[in-house]
Amino acid sequence: MLREIWYTFIGFVRTFGAMQLFFLRLLAASPSIFVRRFGLVVSQVYNAGALSLVIIMVCGFFVGGVLGLQGYSNLSKFNAEDAIGTFAAFSLLKELGPVITALLFAGRAGTALASEIGLMKATDQLSAMEMMAINPLRRVLVPRFLGGVISMPLLAAVFSMTGLFGAHLVGVNLLGVDAGAFWQQMAAALEPGDVYEGVIKSFVFGVVASVLAVWEGYNAVPTAEGVSRATTRTVVITAIAVLILDFMITAIAI
Amino acid sequence: MQQTRSVELGTGLFVLLGLAALFFLTTQTTGSSDFSASEAFEVTARFDNVGSLKNRAPVAMSGVTIGRVTSVEFDPLGLDAVVTFMIDNRFDQIPDDSDASILTSGLLGSQYIGLQPGGSDIYLEAGSEVQFTQSAIVIENLISKYLFNQDSDSGSE
Repeated sequence: MLREIWYTFIGFVRTFGAMQLFFLRLLAASPSIFVRRFGLVVSQVYNAGALSLVIIMVCGFFVGGVLGLQGYSNLSKFNAEDAIGTFAAFSLLKELGPVITALLFAGRAGTALASEIGLMKATDQLSAMEMMAINPLRRVLVPRFLGGVISMPLLAAVFSMTGLFGAHLVGVNLLGVDAGAFWQQMAAALEPGDVYEGVIKSFVFGVVASVLAVWEGYNAVPTAEGVSRATTRTVVITAIAVLILDFMITAIAI
Repeated sequence: MQQTRSVELGTGLFVLLGLAALFFLTTQTTGSSDFSASEAFEVTARFDNVGSLKNRAPVAMSGVTIGRVTSVEFDPLGLDAVVTFMIDNRFDQIPDDSDASILTSGLLGSQYIGLQPGGSDIYLEAGSEVQFTQSAIVIENLISKYLFNQDSDSGSE
C-alpha cells in the first residue's frame, strides 16, 4: 500500500520533471524556428488564434453583458450604477479575460493540438519524419507551441474588449447608465498596472496551455483510446493549472 | 497558393485585431492620459492630517484637475504630513496665498487636493510652499463631535 503510494508519487514527479525538460527543449528550439520557419508559425497562429476568434468574441460579449446586468442589479442598491464600467473593466481585464480565454483556448485550440499531434503519432507520421531525418519537435511541435503563445494574449485582449462593449451595450443602451460616467469612472479607477497584470496573466496562461496541449499530444498512447484520453487530459490539466496559476499571480500582484 | 493567401490574410487580421484591442485597453480604460506631468512644477504643503490621500491623487482648482500628488510623507521634525504635488506649467499664475484643502469626491470617493485661490500678486512657483491648508475631514471626528454636542444639548435641557 505505502509502496504503491510511493511509486505513484515518484511517477508524478518524474512526469513533472520530464515536462519541464520538454518545455526547455521547446524554448531552446523556439528562436531559430521563429526566424527560419516563420511560415509554419503563421499558419499555427491562424489555427490557434484566428479560428478561435468567433468563440472568443461571442463569449466575451455575453460575459460582459452578464457583468453589466449583475453589476447594475447590485450597484443600483447603493445608487452607484455609474460604477458599472469600473466593475466590468476590473473583472474583465484582471480576471475573467485571461482565465476564461485560457479555458476556451484549451477547449478550442488545445484539444485540436493534442488530438492532431496524437493522431500523427498514432499513424506513425512522427516516426516517418524521424526516418527522413526531420526533427518532429522542431517541425511539428515548436510552431504549434509558438502559435499558441502568440495567440493567447491577443485573444484575451479581444475578449476583454468585446466584454467591455457587451457591458456598455447592456449598461448604457439597455439600462440607461450615462455613457460618459461609464467610461470616465473606468478611466479614473484603472491604472496601467491593472492592464499589464491581465496581459502578463494571459501570456503565462498561453505558455502553459500550449505546452500542456503539445506535451499531451506528443506523449499520447498511440491508439484511438490513447488519443481521446490525451485530448481530455489536456482540457482537465490546463484548467487546473490555469486556475492555480491565476491565484498565484494575483497573490503576487496584490 | 490560394489557401496560403487566405491563411496569411486571416492571421494578419487576427493579429491586427488583437493589437488594436490591446491598444484600446491601455488607452481607453486607464486614466494615465488625463494629466501628463511633462512640464510641471513642484509645490509642497503641510497638513495636520492627510486622511487617506494617496500618490497620484488629483490636485483640482474649481473642480478642474491641474496637477497630481507626487508624494505624501511624514515630517518627523514638524510632526505633520508634507504633501508634494506637481502643477502643470500652464497654471503658473496661482496666488501664493491660495488655500489647499483635502476634499473627498462624492460621499465615498477618493480624496484629492482642492485649491482655493487667494488674492496675492505673488504666484506659486517651483519649490514654494502653500501656507494655508485645511486637513482632511475624518468621519470619526465628525461623528464624535456630533454625539458630544447632542450630549451637552440634552444635559442643558
